[in-house]
Amino acid sequence: MCLAIPARITHIDPATETAEVELGGISKQISLALIDDAAVGDYVLVHVGYALNKLSAEEAEETLRLIREMGMLLDGDAT
Amino acid sequence: MKYIDEFRDQGLARQLANAIAAEAEPSRAYRLMEFCGGHTHAIFRYGVQHLMPPNLRFIHGPGCPVCVLPMARIDHAIALATQHGVTLCTYGDLMRVPASERRTLLKVKAEGADIRMIYSTQDALRIAREHPERQVVFFAIGFETTTPPTAVAIQTARAEGLANFSVFCNHVLTPPALRTILATAGPDGVRLDGILGPSHVSTLIGSRPYAFVASEFGVPVVIAGFEPLDVMQSALMLVRQINAGRCEVENQYSRAVTEDGNRKAQALVADVFRVRDRFEWRGLGFLPQSALALADDYADLDAERRFPFSLGETREIKGCECPAILRGVKQPTDCKLFGTVCTPDNPMGSCMVSSEGACAAYWSYGRFRTAAA
Repeated sequence: MCLAIPARITHIDPATETAEVELGGISKQISLALIDDAAVGDYVLVHVGYALNKLSAEEAEETLRLIREMGMLLDGDAT
Repeated sequence: MKYIDEFRDQGLARQLANAIAAEAEPSRAYRLMEFCGGHTHAIFRYGVQHLMPPNLRFIHGPGCPVCVLPMARIDHAIALATQHGVTLCTYGDLMRVPASERRTLLKVKAEGADIRMIYSTQDALRIAREHPERQVVFFAIGFETTTPPTAVAIQTARAEGLANFSVFCNHVLTPPALRTILATAGPDGVRLDGILGPSHVSTLIGSRPYAFVASEFGVPVVIAGFEPLDVMQSALMLVRQINAGRCEVENQYSRAVTEDGNRKAQALVADVFRVRDRFEWRGLGFLPQSALALADDYADLDAERRFPFSLGETREIKGCECPAILRGVKQPTDCKLFGTVCTPDNPMGSCMVSSEGACAAYWSYGRFRTAAA
């Protein structure tokens, strides 16, 4: 129920507070009523037809870096 | 897809599994409750439990809105459609949940009631606009993730003067459920060493509302994303907190969750809803301040006030262990009905109906078979 999917905004209609998003090759119309400052190219979390939040590219990269580092530390310990 | 594929990387998963195995101390028990059904689903789909050392066990929490909805509320929804003759719109998850006498919305629809499965609250509004002669009720359920879209629909209906639209509100709140689980831990409940905190609920409410878990109950929390690497990294973060004797709220899912959450959505929810004094949760009983109803300003759009209904007594299905499973006290395989008369094709209890339910997760990925072997 709480599942939300990351999707990229491809078009925004400010008059209706809606956007078109691209979801793994599928285009879908969603509501932007819950967020401010969305721009074309942003990734948003989509849930029941609404964008819940913008995703942070920097934070995603930082999380992946930490995951790699956690694994690598161990490799270092093992040798 | 971006933000999904990279968090399912097998090589990184193996590295994380090795790190957890190396850091988990054999003398300790790591009983980690994943609050959300989304986590349970990820753990089973990707076999995360099998990558963990034997003394690290995931205990499945009550974070599945379909699972915790008491039968009486589905009886009420069925009555709206059959006795009041409304057009009842709801999310697909609810269609097959057994109500009293094993009735479901799907069966009632087959018998002629006007029940519509919708994807978004926007669909319910559209149906109300297209059928001004019909009373259209949106059967709203869900945690904090799903509440703001309902709030938008209510405000839109008010702005448009959509007089034939109303909402049967069953939105519930995560922190009170977490508090109940922690408060009953011990002889009657389950002992927990750490909590994997909600993902998408937290994108809305932020990480602050979980502070009490650490400060009052001394249990560490890591807010965790729903992808397998998210779950594993969060488990490692909990292992580290437990080993170090730390007890903090940490945020693994920082690409979507901040301390404050989505303030615009919070303001909308605060405007449209009020907190109920108490609300019944399947498995947890009546919890104070744990659910939302429409605020008095929006009383005219409240289906509970528009279509009064008195409930008879509801009876749980005999032998169904959903209530104990929802508290983390029992596992699906402890239930006599599991996999015999109760399967996803023919569910007896709510935990088998919803794809996020623990029983459905056990059954769908067949991992209980290897566990039993």
